[in-house]
Amino acid sequence: MSANDLGLPDKGGPAQPLVIASDLTCHFPVRAGAFGPKKVVRAVDGVSFTIAKGETLGVVGESGCGKSTTARLMIGLIEATGGKIIYDGQELGADLSLRELRRGVQMVFQDSFASLNPRLTIEESIAFGPKVNGVDPAEARRIARDLLDRIGLDPARFAGRYPHELSGGQRQRVNIGRALAMRPRLVILDEAVSALDKSVEAQVLNLLADLRRDFDLTYMFISHDLNVVRYISDRLMVMYLGEVVEIGSAEALYERQAHPYTAALFSAMPSMDPDARTEVPPLAGDPPNPIDPPSGCRFHTRCPFAEEVCAARKPQVVTLGEGHQVACHMHDATSGHGKAAA
Amino acid sequence: MTDATTEPVLRIAAQSQGYWAGVWRRVRRDPVTLVCGAILAALILAAIFAPWLGMADPYQGSMIRRLKPIGTAGHPFGTDELGRDMLARLIHGGRLTLFLGITPVVAAFAIGTTLGLIAGYVGGWVNTIIMRTVDVFFAFPSVLLAIAISGALGAGIVNSLVSLTIVFIPPITRVAESVTASVRKLDYVDAARASGAGDFTIVRVHVLGNVMGPIFVYATSLTSVCMIIAAGLSFLGLGVKPPEPEWGLMLNTLRTAIYVNPWVAALPGVMIFITSLCLNLMSDGLRSAMNVRQ
Repeated sequence: MSANDLGLPDKGGPAQPLVIASDLTCHFPVRAGAFGPKKVVRAVDGVSFTIAKGETLGVVGESGCGKSTTARLMIGLIEATGGKIIYDGQELGADLSLRELRRGVQMVFQDSFASLNPRLTIEESIAFGPKVNGVDPAEARRIARDLLDRIGLDPARFAGRYPHELSGGQRQRVNIGRALAMRPRLVILDEAVSALDKSVEAQVLNLLADLRRDFDLTYMFISHDLNVVRYISDRLMVMYLGEVVEIGSAEALYERQAHPYTAALFSAMPSMDPDARTEVPPLAGDPPNPIDPPSGCRFHTRCPFAEEVCAARKPQVVTLGEGHQVACHMHDATSGHGKAAA
Repeated sequence: MTDATTEPVLRIAAQSQGYWAGVWRRVRRDPVTLVCGAILAALILAAIFAPWLGMADPYQGSMIRRLKPIGTAGHPFGTDELGRDMLARLIHGGRLTLFLGITPVVAAFAIGTTLGLIAGYVGGWVNTIIMRTVDVFFAFPSVLLAIAISGALGAGIVNSLVSLTIVFIPPITRVAESVTASVRKLDYVDAARASGAGDFTIVRVHVLGNVMGPIFVYATSLTSVCMIIAAGLSFLGLGVKPPEPEWGLMLNTLRTAIYVNPWVAALPGVMIFITSLCLNLMSDGLRSAMNVRQ
């Protein structure tokens, strides 16, 4: 088996989205104490989105909004409670096995140290994936060395090094190389640059942009840093408490934030221009507990425009422009919200 | 391909030290660990080669030479209550004592690590069954447990080996379980799962290497406890039978002589003390030397 057989071939053609997630749900059962009542954490609750081939989907939201859980669902590290994942036209569980999905999707984690085995050299770490998928060891080594070269670490100097001998940025490059060794088409970057220094972050982002072009990759880029997301993303998905509140092209969202939560996130972005400093007070408080999410629109407890209808009914998804969707009563003419259809 | 003449030079610059090379480099800079290791090695070698060291017969007593003090001509460490040469008995005693101290720990290390790996890696109800069973054994103090099992099985070397093994399985299982559970949560295990590796491969490549260090170090420290309990069993008559030389048993038989010749009577205890001190200090040294993130 050679390296080229590792990844999954294109099935649906360029118009077929690489991933369609529909109504994805992940609930974790929890118990308060040994004999306490059984409760459910609604980590991801009915999330739907698509990722087109070759694009970068940015995912933003506060801690605990379900970004990472969505990522882990997409790669099969945790099992969805409900919903469907369709990878290049094939449904996971029906036409596509988990093992096959993992050959098409790889992930880069936030903690560059914890995601590398301290006892393996970085060459061994990168070669591990191809090896367990049947590539012979010598060929796997060659793949690893090629990738090291490609991610900017000279194989002659770095191949035999251990993770603790590298800097954070170098380690994260290795993690990217490790993900690419599987020849994936979708790479999920879960806060992959968040722990790096700003200068190193920029280098890694540029590397990611180069690799996307060279390896024909699709990215799902999870971050809480809107500046970084703006730099790399084509489209943006905003999550709040396990739900998607707004999704649209990056330009559209930066121009006009339809959902009050998106607006609050963007206004909290620090500006480099002293005259453009935000006067809007930031969002107060923490997100509510996902065990008992608020009724109706989950954001109504913190929303400055909340009205009765927001607590009573769950908002419909409304399409505003091309591909720009929002789940908010204020944009739904039939909702009865005071600001609706104004 | 690189030019054949330049490649070896590059390799030297590139070759990072292997894990064990790094451990050895750190141990070499630690005099306490080195000295303790040397003492232990000397004790073990002396015990193994005792019959060929040209010493007096450890079983040959003499009624007229009983309880001679340390420094007697021909008996540098004196004689015991039956006039047997103490030096010969101490060296020969190391054979049984060290064997009884190390073998149960090795056996418990193999069994406990396996159980702990399964419990920690699989989790869920498998973890609950294994760990709650282990907890039952924790309800008893280890010495009491050893005495109870030995008492039930009857005296004898094999039975004391079995009872000591049973005593040390629970603590090793618990350490193995907690280390495995913490390694299992790390991202590199998730990354390995995401690359499609099976559980067996993940445990072999990614878990085992990272949990063995702490478990091994803990087991080393248990060896001294095991030796002391083994000596205790012999002292109580549940382990080795006279006239076999064994430090715990010697301590027992010499206790009647403690007012006549206290220095000689204390010698087996000194041996136990030195050995367990060296084992403990060495396991501390190994613990810090095996910590990769230095």
